[in-house]
Amino acid sequence: MTTSIPPALILVLGGLVLPFLGGRARAAWILVLPLVTLALVWALPDGPALTVAYLDYELTPVKADNLSRLFATIFSIMAFAGGLFALNQRRVYELAAAFVYAGSAVGVAMAGDLITVFVFWEMMAVASTLVVWSAGTRSSYRASIRYVMVHLFGGVILMVGIIAHVADTGSVAFGPMRPETFGTWLMLIGFLVNAGAPPLSAWLPDAYPEASWSGTVFLSAFTTKAAVYVLLRGFPGAEILIYVGLYMIFYGIIYALLENDMRRILAYSIVNQVGFMVTGIGIGTEMALNGAAAHAFAHIIYKALLLMSAGSVMFMTGKRKCSDLGGLFQSMPLTTICGGIGALSISAFPLTSGFISKSMINQAAADEHMALAWLLLTAASAGVFLHAGIKFPWFVFFQKDSGLRPPDPPWNMRAAMILFAVLCIGIGVLPGPLYAILPYPVDYAPYTVAHVVHMLQLLLFAGLAFFLMLSLMKRTLTITLDFDWFYRTFGVSVVRFLLRVFGPVDRKARRTGLVAFGRVVHQIYRHHGPAGALARTASAGNMVFWVIVMLAGYLVIYFI
Amino acid sequence: MSEQTGRDAKELHWLVRPSTIRKLWWWSCGSLAVLTLADLVVHGHSYFWIDGTFGFYSWYGLLTCAAMVLFAKGLGVFLKRDDTYYDD
Repeated sequence: MTTSIPPALILVLGGLVLPFLGGRARAAWILVLPLVTLALVWALPDGPALTVAYLDYELTPVKADNLSRLFATIFSIMAFAGGLFALNQRRVYELAAAFVYAGSAVGVAMAGDLITVFVFWEMMAVASTLVVWSAGTRSSYRASIRYVMVHLFGGVILMVGIIAHVADTGSVAFGPMRPETFGTWLMLIGFLVNAGAPPLSAWLPDAYPEASWSGTVFLSAFTTKAAVYVLLRGFPGAEILIYVGLYMIFYGIIYALLENDMRRILAYSIVNQVGFMVTGIGIGTEMALNGAAAHAFAHIIYKALLLMSAGSVMFMTGKRKCSDLGGLFQSMPLTTICGGIGALSISAFPLTSGFISKSMINQAAADEHMALAWLLLTAASAGVFLHAGIKFPWFVFFQKDSGLRPPDPPWNMRAAMILFAVLCIGIGVLPGPLYAILPYPVDYAPYTVAHVVHMLQLLLFAGLAFFLMLSLMKRTLTITLDFDWFYRTFGVSVVRFLLRVFGPVDRKARRTGLVAFGRVVHQIYRHHGPAGALARTASAGNMVFWVIVMLAGYLVIYFI
Repeated sequence: MSEQTGRDAKELHWLVRPSTIRKLWWWSCGSLAVLTLADLVVHGHSYFWIDGTFGFYSWYGLLTCAAMVLFAKGLGVFLKRDDTYYDD
């Protein structure tokens, strides 16, 4: 054992100290903590690094292998870049919550047992809620409450699943399972709630765009990708995940196509991208699992980059609707270029990170001769370019001129975007280092002439479709109803209806009951109250008299 | 943040001048044609019969994207609401 400091605690405890620091100390603290975490993660040898006895169980809060190291690495890198981007965020609690959130995600990635997973899982739910909340608007408060209710619900399902599983097997170890028992099914459902799976996907596009310009960048990275991690660890090859993932892919595309809020477009596209990973986990071959893991790694970077560019636009203009934006490329060239690189990466253009990660999932479907899944994944790859690759940059930075001429954002925000843009291209050009840290040995060459030509054909013709149908994509001041309608509108109506119909009946029943109860109390009071016959006080003389009468009676009976 | 000063072609950013946009269209159409014709010389491994058809990725990308846009449009008829729908 080279170290027994859990890497997660650095970010969690460090985040809690953050509100008490100011000036340069705060900036240094923000940038150093993630790097220390990263160093600790890589200092851990394979296997359990810390064990703790708890009740009858032996917990393993820190356990390292390729998979956990991969996710802990990208979570730490994300905390660093997100911290850099948010250095000029004035709300101190947001970054504190974000660091606790990032640390908890590292905790999930390094957890060797289900109880530790659960503890960090719930810490993520609470910390991420605070990130949404700290935007400080009424709509963010309300969204954060809806968000936390969905996550606590998912957490309860997960907890019941873990309890049932531990009762079944007697072990808290976290390893590959099959969704066959009550416990494992509930755990799978609990994990999927955080992945943004149907039917509860709406929590993600509902809550994330309500956070501040910097908060959404953090939110995009941890909850869904920690869910991808636990699915990779716990349910590789579970067939149902193929169908769940494919649904998520198309749900994300269709809703993003209808959306007007630039950050909600990107939020829908998170569900879409996580759908690719979930599908890969469902296919379950080494190629597919490697693809899902690599795609999670690449996705965190380019999605954060996209949301940084959107956050920069919001920071500089105060606007978030596509219908209010446009033409910004003229005065925000760096933001446009970085957003464009993020858009090309998410679309899996050759020489970007998405190209070398997503294609492994498609390849796995082809290798397994899953014709339908492959056709849908290929169509979806084109659809990603449509809804995120072109739509987002087109409506925000180009299209009609909004007349807005904000400059590029402050230096720290530019630096964070440049860092992630360089990583997007770097991973795309030199995939070797990423392939080397994937869970399984990689036997895949992304850059063949045919693959590059085919991908370009697919993407550029998707682009043609976009511009040919531009009139159909005209932005409107609308939202699209989703499953959250059931708990935001329908549920409220049901409660109001019940109040209206049963309210008077209930009031009358309670009033009648109260009157009847009052009568009973009154009767008791009459007999037992201070003036009641049964509670009257008697004098000592009276007592002596009755004792003498009793004794006299006793004497008489004795003599007889 | 200065207001846009005029719509005169000379004052427009070079990227949004009508002449540039026309050129961009021609270049794009040219690249699409060249890419599709590249199928004559580039033969990738085909896993299913359909991905071996000529220009598969070109027509498949175009058609599926058109289908997704139309499907979204259709769904929007039923599910679109004003963006103040959930406001109090």
